[in-house]
Amino acid sequence: MKKTIAASLILIISSLCLLPGCGKSSSGGSLTVFNYSEYLDPEMIAKFTKETGIEIKYEEATTPEEMYTKFTSGAIDYDLLCTSDYMIKRLIDEGQAESVDFSSFENYKNIDPKFAGYSKSYDPEGKYALPYFWGTVGILYNTKQVKAPVDSWDVLFDGSYSGQIIMQDSMRDSFMVALKYLGYSLNTKDENEIREAAELLKKQKSDVSSYLVDEARDEVVAENAVMAVVYSGEAYLGNEYNPDLEYVIPKEGSNLWIDSWIITKKCKNKEAAEKFLDFLCREDVAEANFEYIYYSTPNKAVVDSMDDEFKNNPAVVPTDESVGNCEIYEALDADTTALYNDLWKEIKSE
Amino acid sequence: MKRKRMQLLSIPYVFWIIGFTVIPLLFVFAKAATSPEGDATFGNLIAIFDPVHRKALFLSIELAFVSSLVCILISYPAALIIKSSKIRNKKTLQFIMILPMWMNFILRILAIQMLISKNGIINHFLTAAGIGRINIINTEFAIVLGMVYDYLPYMLLPVLNGVLAIPDDIIEASKDLGADRFTVLTKIMLPLSLSAIGSGITMVFVPSMTEFVIANILGGGKIQLLGNVIEQEFSVSMNWNLGSGLSVTLMVFVLLTTLIFGRGDSDKGRGFVI
Repeated sequence: MKKTIAASLILIISSLCLLPGCGKSSSGGSLTVFNYSEYLDPEMIAKFTKETGIEIKYEEATTPEEMYTKFTSGAIDYDLLCTSDYMIKRLIDEGQAESVDFSSFENYKNIDPKFAGYSKSYDPEGKYALPYFWGTVGILYNTKQVKAPVDSWDVLFDGSYSGQIIMQDSMRDSFMVALKYLGYSLNTKDENEIREAAELLKKQKSDVSSYLVDEARDEVVAENAVMAVVYSGEAYLGNEYNPDLEYVIPKEGSNLWIDSWIITKKCKNKEAAEKFLDFLCREDVAEANFEYIYYSTPNKAVVDSMDDEFKNNPAVVPTDESVGNCEIYEALDADTTALYNDLWKEIKSE
Repeated sequence: MKRKRMQLLSIPYVFWIIGFTVIPLLFVFAKAATSPEGDATFGNLIAIFDPVHRKALFLSIELAFVSSLVCILISYPAALIIKSSKIRNKKTLQFIMILPMWMNFILRILAIQMLISKNGIINHFLTAAGIGRINIINTEFAIVLGMVYDYLPYMLLPVLNGVLAIPDDIIEASKDLGADRFTVLTKIMLPLSLSAIGSGITMVFVPSMTEFVIANILGGGKIQLLGNVIEQEFSVSMNWNLGSGLSVTLMVFVLLTTLIFGRGDSDKGRGFVI
């Protein structure tokens, strides 16, 4: 009996060693990378490891909030993290980001210089964040059912497509639509303006078919809904699946978003992390990632070599004028966030 | 000596329950009793009286109640039919009934979504037959449908076991003594299977009340159950304290349900195992 216990103990301990983390590999170190799901061509990870010998432990999440929660919980030490502008700002403000000298990168020149301007709101000196993908939020609509051309958020609020519209199941994005429609800044901290937007969203709820995130595009493709508020990247694929779909950035303006990489303060192998970021800027890698998800890329080299079909599609390459009224999200202060949370719950319980 | 060795066998379970139930629960209680700044407070527990939270709680209870009721109404007649059927191998019938559980429950919910969505399969057939359309997706009805579909086996199994365990002799005897079928059902069958129904209710009501995934998928994000509020507090608002406070309140309701309906079925030992 004792022998069996001893034997099973050995078995348990040895099997524990098979779990990741116990048997460290001896190659060029490893990096723990945290990214949105389906946001990077998995073959590029294999390629990076093959070229540099650096192992990549790849972790995924779906929302910036989820990332922040996982990152700050400290259960896993992430070396690199890709998330949205306002969350990048929050991480920089909290001192979680490591400064990087991007000019030392071999491939940084591929990044369109205009992003240095765009990113001012969250990374004023441009020393933390590397733009990865960007885009806008707009309306994806079915031209078969919507005869008049859509150019305003008005179409979501005037009740003409009651029961056939899909809003984003994301607090910030839904408020953004209402705020922009009312002519306010999407970063407003004015309580009255935010409450006015909430009232508008409450009134709109009976016209909304559903609040979705990832499925919004699919529902318009399947013609279960006539229009949906979506990210521009979704719009391109939606149009591929159903050619009747059209994407528009409403004239009142919208949200311009940039997802960027940062190296975290927890990173123990900065050299490897920089290598990884430099690798992502390389034209062939950026192109592979672009072709994996078809979001707009800040990589000028990739844009320049695109087919006209892509270049002339506002969902893939937004024009400077179409983003003229667009704003980048800024991190909201605690009070405004609390107000948003409460109002959003009220809207949802309406 | 032998008993000591047997006690050793409980070690994995003790570690499990400490690591994955006791310690996490302590964290939840600690969070629930403090404000985000770390001061002790009752605010997170009282927060359930906030109109928005209260509404979500009542809706959760209501939908869980309706789901449990529908599950009973489906399961009990089914159990009676199986008991009185001539089929010798009742295990096979039971097996067929729990077959849906072999598939992941989210997949089943997604399948329902496909079926009932606006241009879904059901509406496709209905329009082809010239009947028109049904619009049940993104309603409370759709959520109840999903809950019943997912949790029916949890009602069916105990109820079936309970009904099958009633000895035929008792039923024969009552009939001999002049009881009609209705009396047999209400005076003999139901009282003898009450504890089985009770454990069925616990197993349907509790997961239904804490549900948020089904509500999200079939409710289109328009219907907010308390589970959805808690999820929002943890994943979006990042107010873990409020989320924990609401979780504790929900736990109280879960405990109450278990106390009310789960009484007395453990000592009967009907041999019901999932």
